[in-house]
Amino acid sequence: MEIPVPRIPLGDWIEVILDWLLATLGGFFTVIRNFLEDLYELLLWVLMTPEWWIITLVLAGLGWWLRSWQLALGTVIGFILIVGVNQWENAMSTLSLVTIATLIAVVIAIPLGILGAKSYTASKILRPIMDFMQTMPPMVYLIPALVIFRVGVVPGMVATVIFAMAPGVRFTELGIRGVDSEVVEAGKAFGSPPGKILRQIQLPLAMPTIMAGVNQVIMLSLSMVVIAGMVGAGGLGGEVVASLNRINAGLGFESGLAVVILAMYLDRLTSIQAKT
Amino acid sequence: MYKGREEELTRELLAVGQSTMSEPNTGQPVVRVENVYKIFGRRPKAVAEKMQAGATRKDVENQGTAAVIDATFDVYPGEIFVVMGLSGSGKSTLIRTLNALQPATTGTVEVRGQDLAKLSPKELRALRSEHISMVFQHFALFPHWTNIENAAYSLETQGVAKQERYEKAREVLAAVGLKGWEDSYPSELSGGMRQRVGLARALAADTDVMLMDEAFSALDPLIRREMQEELKQIQDRLGRTIIFITHDLNEAMFLGDRIAVMKDGEIAQIGTPEQILSEPADDYVASFTSDVDRARVLTAESVMVPENELTEEDRASFARKSLSVKSDATIQQIVPVVLEAQGPVAVDSATGSDRVGYIRLATLLEALTPQESTVVDGAKAAN
Ligand SMILES: Nc1ncnc2c1ncn2[C@@H]1O[C@H](COP(=O)(O)OP(=O)(O)O)[C@@H](O)[C@H]1O
Ligand SMILES: [Mg+2]
Repeated sequence: MEIPVPRIPLGDWIEVILDWLLATLGGFFTVIRNFLEDLYELLLWVLMTPEWWIITLVLAGLGWWLRSWQLALGTVIGFILIVGVNQWENAMSTLSLVTIATLIAVVIAIPLGILGAKSYTASKILRPIMDFMQTMPPMVYLIPALVIFRVGVVPGMVATVIFAMAPGVRFTELGIRGVDSEVVEAGKAFGSPPGKILRQIQLPLAMPTIMAGVNQVIMLSLSMVVIAGMVGAGGLGGEVVASLNRINAGLGFESGLAVVILAMYLDRLTSIQAKT
Repeated sequence: MYKGREEELTRELLAVGQSTMSEPNTGQPVVRVENVYKIFGRRPKAVAEKMQAGATRKDVENQGTAAVIDATFDVYPGEIFVVMGLSGSGKSTLIRTLNALQPATTGTVEVRGQDLAKLSPKELRALRSEHISMVFQHFALFPHWTNIENAAYSLETQGVAKQERYEKAREVLAAVGLKGWEDSYPSELSGGMRQRVGLARALAADTDVMLMDEAFSALDPLIRREMQEELKQIQDRLGRTIIFITHDLNEAMFLGDRIAVMKDGEIAQIGTPEQILSEPADDYVASFTSDVDRARVLTAESVMVPENELTEEDRASFARKSLSVKSDATIQQIVPVVLEAQGPVAVDSATGSDRVGYIRLATLLEALTPQESTVVDGAKAAN
């Protein structure tokens, strides 16, 4: 027996919704586009204006200060390699994109995570949305993002934020829920208001877990670099896409190596390690 | 609101040995609990109504957990009121209704005449920070703060200025024996010392009522006994009202001015340690008392031969004896005196002015042996 399933015009609906969004919120999207672009240009300007070795020393110093001298040394060697394969400019533009995407993702994710930790209803609503955002093939976001924000660095950035945000929300919720309930109760028992308990007790104690989430957000953002490159974000991703189009294995490897070095630097900088 | 209180505390902390404790059972109760039910479940109110109409805990089992059933008691200023019962009997739930960390399902809880159910969240927070503090079983210190920051926390929620609250926290830490540890973190302390910080945090708040939920249960026996003794000393000095929870009857007997014994959410008996020991309300309570360390509980007054029951002959022979004990001394304290005297020891009233009775070695031995009938029955019933 055959059970007829009617054709569901989901695709048509999406188109209609997009058209409607563009028609009613077009101005708003332009504002966002300009804002993100300016932010990106500003950071890129900061990274590109000094000589490469100054930036390398600054980033190595940051690694030393936050982690260890080994990280600083590794950073110097890695970044010299990047310069050596002639990918410095591309690496800086990718670093700008990833940094801004991560910042935006974290700024959205942490409050959502807090909301999820405070209310079971919010948590139940958030969970499937986060699953959806993280498991939907990320290229799918590119199309509406392209329609809304046009070719350039912004659609890649927006797709990156959507794809990379989920662990930020999840780890924040997990971290806050994981704080010893007796300690939170102590805050209540001494008459502290909820906002103060959050700031003084829950967030600081959840911080290691939240940072693990931030680390994941950064890693996911980096994994989006190539996809962002496809819609004109440039940088290392753009190079990989170009090498693919020209079947240029050498160029592909050089830009790929630079991505790996950036990823290792950002990972070591933000991952939690056992304190010595 | 706060002004002058830290001066008062300083004075109190310094006045070692001067009892400011008011007599129990006088004046207005600080905490009044009347027909309180606490039900966990989806429709707690409905379940509570059923129980008020006569349903038992078992009857409503599949609609929710009746953690506290019809609790009624008053706690008076300066009293140590102990709630004692096995694990799961509802002690923690009961104590949490007293500061509305878990509001009662039905019934009234009043602290200093204020009905908790009628307070706004803001008023409730004010009540907690000013009038009713808490010490937790696993200390519940803030691990990312130093000990002095922890001890000063209660003052911070009261809105005391930084310098002032650190000064006071320093004093209170010293009073609980942690001088020199102010700038360490709780993780650097032993369990006993951590709980001293927990105690300091509650003491610094200078509240009328202090709730202590199994505060010493996580400590090893030696430290635990030390803490019990110190709590008593602190109490003698400061005269706080303490509601203390424990599953250990020895601890209950040692600390409590009065004890409420809980069983399956209900209060089986409320009485002084001696009443619980000598007149247990039922077999359940009796079964507990069989392994109580009576030497720490029973006092001279309860075991002595009263002055007016002595024969002329006794009187003549006892009168020569010069060694004496106070009527509120425990047997533990009396034994060495009796051994030294090699004979009867006189008992003086607590103020030391009157002779109220005598104690022989035989009297002590008799008191230390549980009365056959009640306890054997009780032990059987419990098995
Ligand atoms: N938040 C809660 N939700 C559901 N049931 C609870 C909750 N808290 C306690 N209970 C139940 O209430 C009963 C009394 O628990 P509790 O007050 O913690 O006992 P105690 O402190 O004497 O060990 C237990 O059966 C426990 O499972
Ligand atoms: Mg408990």
